[in-house]
Amino acid sequence: MTVSGAASIAGIGATEFSKDSGRSELRLAAEACRAALDDAGLTASDVDGMVTFTMDANAEIAVARELGVPSLRFFSRIPYGGGAACAVVQQAVLAVATGTASVVLCYRAFNERSGNRFGRVQAAAAGQPTSGGVDNSWHYPMGLVTPAATVAMFARRYMHEFGATSEDFGRVAVVDRRAAATNPAAWFHGRPISLADHQASRWIAEPLRLLDCCQESDGAVALLVTSTERARDLRQRPAVVSAAAQGSGTDQYTMNSYYREDLVGLPEMGLVARQLWAQSGIGPEDVSVAVLYDHFTPFVLVQLEELGFCGRGEARHLVADGVLELDGALPLNPHGGQLGEAYIHGMNGIAEAVRQVRGTAVNQVGGVENVLVTAGTGVPTSGLVLTPP
Amino acid sequence: MTDIEQAAREVTARGESARRRGRDPVNLPMIHNWVEAIGDRNPVYTDASFPSVHGGIVAPPAMAQVWTMYGLHGTRPSDDPLGAMVGVLDDAGYTSVVATDCDQTYHRYLRPGETVEVASRLESVIGPKRTALGEGWFVTTRSTWYVGDEPVVEMSFRVLKFRPKPAAPAATPTIRPQVGRDTAFFWAGTALGELRIQRCGTCGRLRHPPGPMCPGCGGTEQEYVVASGLGEVYSFVVHHHPPVPGRTLPFVVALVELEEGVRMLAELVDLSPEAVRVGLPVVVGFHRVDDELAMPVWRVR
Repeated sequence: MTVSGAASIAGIGATEFSKDSGRSELRLAAEACRAALDDAGLTASDVDGMVTFTMDANAEIAVARELGVPSLRFFSRIPYGGGAACAVVQQAVLAVATGTASVVLCYRAFNERSGNRFGRVQAAAAGQPTSGGVDNSWHYPMGLVTPAATVAMFARRYMHEFGATSEDFGRVAVVDRRAAATNPAAWFHGRPISLADHQASRWIAEPLRLLDCCQESDGAVALLVTSTERARDLRQRPAVVSAAAQGSGTDQYTMNSYYREDLVGLPEMGLVARQLWAQSGIGPEDVSVAVLYDHFTPFVLVQLEELGFCGRGEARHLVADGVLELDGALPLNPHGGQLGEAYIHGMNGIAEAVRQVRGTAVNQVGGVENVLVTAGTGVPTSGLVLTPP
Repeated sequence: MTDIEQAAREVTARGESARRRGRDPVNLPMIHNWVEAIGDRNPVYTDASFPSVHGGIVAPPAMAQVWTMYGLHGTRPSDDPLGAMVGVLDDAGYTSVVATDCDQTYHRYLRPGETVEVASRLESVIGPKRTALGEGWFVTTRSTWYVGDEPVVEMSFRVLKFRPKPAAPAATPTIRPQVGRDTAFFWAGTALGELRIQRCGTCGRLRHPPGPMCPGCGGTEQEYVVASGLGEVYSFVVHHHPPVPGRTLPFVVALVELEEGVRMLAELVDLSPEAVRVGLPVVVGFHRVDDELAMPVWRVR
């Protein structure tokens, strides 16, 4: 049995992206979900499933109450932070394809800048009475206490083994910010950066600079998933989910997979990639647009390698050659990514992929056939391939 | 009763010390110096022609102590009660001092030409008290200034004599590890100054971080070996931002490959961040946080 093509994203919704929403996270979730329903031309009474991240603070039942969803027959959550982004869609696809649910809302809502900031020291992380708390006990008490620092440990080794430099990381930020500059929904709309700006930005966790790190944002995104058959009759052109996959690798940790044989790959993303190509029947050469998770620039390079766009350690040449520009062979993050548009845990990237398939993006790429989307890196992760019907 | 309390009782029982005469009478030059330093421009203290209610120059009341100061080379008389208690507390290890309270009562103004004498007695010694500065004793004395037999000023003066706290070491973590059934052996080791690596009791596989079941053979009998503590930096981070409780920025966290073949993470201390590189040879050390916890740290070797 394959679920490839069985379900589509038929509606997308979002709040504005800001640094201080001034509203509760529940309200943000409800607003984004309602916008997704409106976008699809459906109502709350059509919804019978909901999926979100385990990190989301808004219970499915709470969101259902606000929307007036009469009943839910499918609800599920995905762990590991931003690694959940594409997997919540996969959950919805599995539910729809098996007839478990017919219309599933996927959502992520937070005040991640004005409320609990992920970039701050999470002093309680090692104290949780869970296996995750034990894992954190080998890292947090030693002073490795922020997401940036956990990625910096990886980046240093990557530089050592392949000769990559801070400028190689910086080119990813320049590409993202150039796209964000022409996206009115982006926080950094109208504010592109140069490589010199990147090099002049201060150290956060050396070798990562400020401009290697994504934003902290308030906002919400919701995606509505239903059968492709039903989606054809709805308001928008369906974004068909031709592949959806999760991946977790050998000796996997959350952000701290430092005990594997080497420290220069993301094998969990390699596992996702192989499944995406197998399900969709396409390969890297068939990708029209790549929406790659970009919380920190070094992992964009490693993803390009794990996804098969180039060999190990070669991604920096791809970036330097202009391949990832909007008019390049593999346009990267036309919305500006999480470095440029907003950090909504990868969900805003999926919404952009849907717009690229519809042909309605502000930085629209021509002749889109296959859009690749990835979720959080350094953690168990997920990915999607979206195509026109 | 402690030795300190016994000494305090004896000093208190002596009552007031002998009166000590000021070096000079109350005088205008010293008044000038004082009001200029303080910034007090009231003409009643310096201008003889000013139509003062006092009918002539008076000294600022708050100068009372000035008239009986020892001078640069003066020595405290042997019957001074504060000097006696300071000696007792110094000997007991309460070596630091800070003045905490000073209350003065003025019975009348002093005029130039008057000769002032002072006498002191011990009022109380209270402690030991735990303070932000460290454990200490509050010593309160009461001094009276006289002109002839007339008391003109009284002062209650309190100091804290304390044992200074040791400076907080730079690497003190405020984020504590969770110590559980699967990991207690490691933290018991660091507390003893041993770096322990889990070894499977069935197949002998070494593993860090440790866990309850060997991923190689499924064994659940876990043992450990004591590592040599020698290794090389495999990768590292220089943390600049945000601030981390208990640490001074920037600091280095290093992932070290131990010579036994496992990797382990700890702070790398006592070396400038610029000097750290992949491949740097290091040796483990142990930073004692408190009675229960010691953290491994790396030092260059």
